[in-house]
Amino acid sequence: MNRLIAATALLMTSAALANAEGVLNLYNWGNYTSPEMIAKFEAETGIKVTITDYDSNDTALAKIEAGGHGFDLVVPSANFISIYRDKGLIAELDLSKLAKHSNIAPEWANVEWDAGRKFSVPWQWGTTGVAVNTSVYGGDINTSSIWLDPPPELVGKINVTPEMNDVVNLAIMYVGGLPCTEDTAILKKARDVLVAAKPAWMSMDYGMEDKMAVGDVPASVYWNGGILRARLINPDVVYGYPREGYIVWMDSVALLSDAANVDNAYKFLDFIMVPEHAAMISAFARYANGIAGSDAFMPDDMKTAPEVVIPEEFKAAGHFLPTCSPKAQEYVTAIWTELQK
Amino acid sequence: MATAPLKSAPRNAEQRAAAQTVRRNWLLSAPALALVALFASLPLGIVLVYSFLEAGQYGNVEWRFSTAGWTSVILTRDIFDGTVGFADAHLTIIWRSVKLSLLTTLITLIVGFPTAWFIATRPPRSRALWLFLITVPFWTNLLIRTFAINEIIRNEGLINTVLLRLGLIAEPLRMIYTDGAVLVGMAYVFLPLMVLPLFAAMDRFDMRLLEAGYDLYASRWRVLRRIVLPIVRPGVVAGSILVFIPALGAYVTPRVLGGGKNMMLGNFIELQFGQGRNWPLGAAFSMALFAVVMLAMLAFVRAAGREGGR
Amino acid sequence: MRRFSITSLPGFTPIALLAFVALYLPIIALVVFSFNASKSMSVWGGFSLHWYESAWANDAMRDATTRSLVIAGWATLISTTAATLAALGTTRTAAFRGRTFIYGMVNQTLMVPEIVTAVSLLIFFAAIKVATGYQGLAYLVLAHSIWCMPLAYLPIRARLEGMDLALETAAADLYASRWQTLRRITLPLMMPGIIAGAMLAFVTSLDTVVITEFVKSAGQDTLATFMLGQLRRGVTPEVNAISTGLLVLTVLLLAAFFLITRKRG
Repeated sequence: MNRLIAATALLMTSAALANAEGVLNLYNWGNYTSPEMIAKFEAETGIKVTITDYDSNDTALAKIEAGGHGFDLVVPSANFISIYRDKGLIAELDLSKLAKHSNIAPEWANVEWDAGRKFSVPWQWGTTGVAVNTSVYGGDINTSSIWLDPPPELVGKINVTPEMNDVVNLAIMYVGGLPCTEDTAILKKARDVLVAAKPAWMSMDYGMEDKMAVGDVPASVYWNGGILRARLINPDVVYGYPREGYIVWMDSVALLSDAANVDNAYKFLDFIMVPEHAAMISAFARYANGIAGSDAFMPDDMKTAPEVVIPEEFKAAGHFLPTCSPKAQEYVTAIWTELQK
Repeated sequence: MATAPLKSAPRNAEQRAAAQTVRRNWLLSAPALALVALFASLPLGIVLVYSFLEAGQYGNVEWRFSTAGWTSVILTRDIFDGTVGFADAHLTIIWRSVKLSLLTTLITLIVGFPTAWFIATRPPRSRALWLFLITVPFWTNLLIRTFAINEIIRNEGLINTVLLRLGLIAEPLRMIYTDGAVLVGMAYVFLPLMVLPLFAAMDRFDMRLLEAGYDLYASRWRVLRRIVLPIVRPGVVAGSILVFIPALGAYVTPRVLGGGKNMMLGNFIELQFGQGRNWPLGAAFSMALFAVVMLAMLAFVRAAGREGGR
Repeated sequence: MRRFSITSLPGFTPIALLAFVALYLPIIALVVFSFNASKSMSVWGGFSLHWYESAWANDAMRDATTRSLVIAGWATLISTTAATLAALGTTRTAAFRGRTFIYGMVNQTLMVPEIVTAVSLLIFFAAIKVATGYQGLAYLVLAHSIWCMPLAYLPIRARLEGMDLALETAAADLYASRWQTLRRITLPLMMPGIIAGAMLAFVTSLDTVVITEFVKSAGQDTLATFMLGQLRRGVTPEVNAISTGLLVLTVLLLAAFFLITRKRG
């Protein structure tokens, strides 16, 4: 009994002692934060960083909405930033505390979803496409028909990552529409195509970096960086850009309105805008970042990787996912719910 | 009445002592009651309330009364033409959960009955060892056991590797991410839960009854059916409850082995509080699950009691 | 001629033995491959302890383990104490109105599916967290306490029911006060039941994943939720190493439990 009290006391005091500078609670996508970068941050500032995972934008938003989460920073995708902002969940950044703010690359410095970057700092950006293990299927992979109208070799072997906006909008583009459309005819076709294709899927799960690398999953809708990591382990895994249309997205770090460790959060935000640190983040998850000057520090295999450097012939098919109007979002959610059966 | 005054005096003292005991019992139970009332019953009540509220646009709830949570359990409105129909999505999930839970109960019963009998009929020396051997998996962390099964049935798992090496198959058998995988996982996880109550009942079984049966020229099957089964029936019922109910609300096993596509009730409920952003629906489903479990338990207990209080 | 065994029933022994093999094979495979030198979990690449090293070096894992143990310790303390008192109040006493109610309440979380309890606590605690701003471990400790309560209560009650009142009556005859009787006679006799209940509560708390997953706040991973995260991501034999460690702990606790209950009969 005495030992138990001692242990508890030890845990609490050690937590306090070790972090004389305090803590920082980061809420980020799973397998998306470079341990080296965190270690460097902790060493330089003495702040202890805890990272909690989420697997999708919607899960993160739901948790933050519920309140009482205890996080300081969250990393939503671009189309979610305005949702967080409109709901007052994230705070406007005091730019005077972010000396490195000017490091943000020009093409990402003034975006439609966050003018002047007053609410978010770039983390990484990438594309959502299709990945196939070419030892199972050797045909054309630059098309969404891989998962929406699969070839016989891939039936029953496809994973579709349950990121609602990515999946539904990919389907919308497959049937000829544009993301965030309110055209009910197109939406209906997209819904039908998705529902018809679902029996051919094997799973709706995350973690394809490892699962495709070890051969558990032969084909998947997934994000480019994750597939690059899989390819580095298993060269048979190839990333495809659906010519009917693929998604371009950016994840950025935002400060939560009820953050408890605001000063530490600002230190972190400033830290990740240093080119070397941004390159460390990219080197881990294998996505491009939005900080100018980081190219010099990026790993070599990323400078030429087809997953990161979009091939010329597919550039036009990429669509940056905007924030949909509430009506369009309602349709997307409804289609997704139906798909979840 | 002449006798009344004589009898009332001692009765009062007795009653007072009894009342004091009852008060003491309530006092003793108070800490436990307070804890449970505050952190189990009250939250449960809140869930019931939430099932009658409106879903917030991005999760959580709006404090407005709405029956949408409950109606969307069985009915759904087509988003494009507005027609109302049965939510076969939900019915599929409910049916899958019930089906898998019943199958799990059946499988664990068929495998667990001989196992429990085996342990119960060991000589007293080794019985403790066998009991220990069956309890170890029981107390092993659920995640560890689910993970262990996952490792065995994966495409690169033990079974496939062995079969490929032996040349019995050319390509790995796909067992993972199917309903079958979830079933195997659940049967594996719940088997000890079935064996232990069965063993408890069989432990009390008087083996001399078997001898009597054989003396009367009964065959082994007859003995099993007419002598053993009726007596260990309470164990069968207890084991079935202990397996069916958690199986119905299973979450970890279907999540890890089902690949997110073969959802059971537990996963579906979780989805509503996450991506699904429909707390009232999740709350309604939770209450429905709770009600079903209560009914199942009542049915089981009644079935146990019906065969005469043994 | 083979001796006719009274107790053997057709086909039972082979099935039973097969069941034991089936139960242990996955676990043994898991343990064996935790010592695998290569990253594979089905092809043996040589003996190595480096997964244990990397698991031990994993800060998040150590953090989660410590937290699990602290929560389990507190939850065991709270639930066993409350359960002991409740058992004393509801056993070996004349039936009184409300006894079934108390019984039902104490065992409530046993009858409610874990996901429902988890969801209810998510909603309840979220509101409190927003209102008070308190983010500590108390929520998890309380959640585990009520979750483990029935598992502590039932063995204690079973033990108490089997105890003979004679000794306590004798003590009363010798003018021992209620408190003295409780302390010197009842509690020591109940001890095996209390220990059994405490052990069940402790192991259950370590095992709880769904409730913890829903109730936890930032950075409050327990070993169970940490492992769940690892499972969903992509696994290396590091998880095997952690699992083996947890398994060893469980086996040791169980062995202790068996020895204690055997000694006291």
